[in-house]
Amino acid sequence: MKLTDISNDINEWFDGSGPLGDTIMSSRIRLARNLAGYKFLSRCSTAEKTEILNRLKDVITSLDLGDKVFYVSVDEAPTLNKHFLVERHLISRHHAFGKGPRGAVIAEREFFTAMINEEDHLRIQVLKAGCQLSLCAEQINRIDDMIEQKVEYAFSPRYGYLTACPTNLGTGIRVSVMLHLPALKMTGQIEKFFNAAKDMSLAVRGLFGEGTEAASDLYQLSNQVTLGVSESDVVSQFENAIIPEIVEYETAARSQLLSNQSDILDDKISRAMALLQNAHLISSQEALFLLSHLRLGINMHRHMGASTPAIDKLRTLCGESDDAEKASRLSIAKINRLFMLTLPAHLQLNYGKSLDPTHRDALRAQIIRSTLNQDDPQQG
Amino acid sequence: MYARGGHFQRGVRRNKETRIEFVMQCQICRKNDATIHLTEIADGARTEIHVCEHCAVEQDIAVKSHIPINELLSSLLASQPTDDELAGPSGAELVCPNCGYTLAQFQKEGTLGCPGDYEVFEKMLGPLIEKAHDGNTTHRGKVPSSAPADTKEQIELLNLRQRLAVAVQNEDYELAAKLRDQINETEK
Repeated sequence: MKLTDISNDINEWFDGSGPLGDTIMSSRIRLARNLAGYKFLSRCSTAEKTEILNRLKDVITSLDLGDKVFYVSVDEAPTLNKHFLVERHLISRHHAFGKGPRGAVIAEREFFTAMINEEDHLRIQVLKAGCQLSLCAEQINRIDDMIEQKVEYAFSPRYGYLTACPTNLGTGIRVSVMLHLPALKMTGQIEKFFNAAKDMSLAVRGLFGEGTEAASDLYQLSNQVTLGVSESDVVSQFENAIIPEIVEYETAARSQLLSNQSDILDDKISRAMALLQNAHLISSQEALFLLSHLRLGINMHRHMGASTPAIDKLRTLCGESDDAEKASRLSIAKINRLFMLTLPAHLQLNYGKSLDPTHRDALRAQIIRSTLNQDDPQQG
Repeated sequence: MYARGGHFQRGVRRNKETRIEFVMQCQICRKNDATIHLTEIADGARTEIHVCEHCAVEQDIAVKSHIPINELLSSLLASQPTDDELAGPSGAELVCPNCGYTLAQFQKEGTLGCPGDYEVFEKMLGPLIEKAHDGNTTHRGKVPSSAPADTKEQIELLNLRQRLAVAVQNEDYELAAKLRDQINETEK
């Protein structure tokens, strides 16, 4: 399988579906594991790394995951392909641009990735659309059990699964959700969300993980404590306490916008529509930021029945009014598709060659214009 | 010493307390919303402080979140008395016989050299691990199926005892009684 087979569409966990999909874009759980009998990667020779890679690759590609898998030799992959895999959240930046023999086993439907020789010998992850952490937990536990039948993990009764960095020790679990919080941002409450998250020992990161800016009002929220709490404790903490709170506050901020600050809301949505429908050069950052406002408008209508001049115009643009056939034409999935397909590596991979930033901005603007304007009866 | 965090574990035990508090008044000026929440731990006593950013600067309350693990190690090593018995002249000179790693290398790279390092450097890593995991020192949760039966039993007992403590704290005596019976059964 080639990466271009998947690059012209979004993956199934990014289509805006799933429970609480208007706020929780996706759920992800990853486990960090190391093989017993080997040093951690920083002390492994190239030969040892190759041995670990081949062993884990053979084990994981032979598992019955309910989907076909493909293997990417990350150290040998072209730079553009590495960026593409990071944009799609299939591997981490650390894995893409690290050193030494390393690879990834990826399910064709992209719900599962095994990163071999990342910071630990093995990091497996399961991703789902919306808020589906229990399902992620169930699947990853089953996959971990299957791997464990064939290899021995480094484990101590006191410290649990032993990891290269003590911050992952114990369960080695990282539970994260990708959140879309445009209303908290617009109402100036996002800093409070950051501080509250830190107080609960949760990490907030941008769209592409560690060290990245929060683009497009999208944030990744994840646990930091992995020792002394069980996997189910962490998952239920997210599902029963953290997520309901965040959804409640984002919903309250959306209501506040609607009742007290509808001018601000309409201004943001109208400007986003105008720019996206007309711009001829648009950066990735700007596109993500503006698309976020369209996503907010559509979701506010769908989930709260919101009707303002800008939202009504957006609905017309989306073909949402009375015509069911039209209604499906610019769905949330379509907005999310624009989110993903206009990212730099996606653009270039689908175009078939590398492009300089100006050409990328032009191509991005063209894709967005043609998607939005085909649904606008006035612009044809 | 001030440290962020400490609320997560408490939340695990008592969901009711895990609220993302958006509106809380600054304890110093009593005007602005408190956006910085600190937990002070001194002589085993825990005090919570909620202040606004302005007052935090005024009062010179240092706020640093997500301290990199190697920086944390440096500060912990600096504050620890040298343990001659354990490490000879300095803990930093201890070398892992399996991977040849030293704490100085960990400080530089932020990752360990081999699983055995957790045992070799246990005295020095212990406080760091505790700090990174909100005071937790022992694993709870999944155990590999290949682990010896007594390991599984040991962790199961730890889990049950922790759940019992939570049940008692929540005054759920029915659950506490069940857990106590399970513990007795496992210990037989």
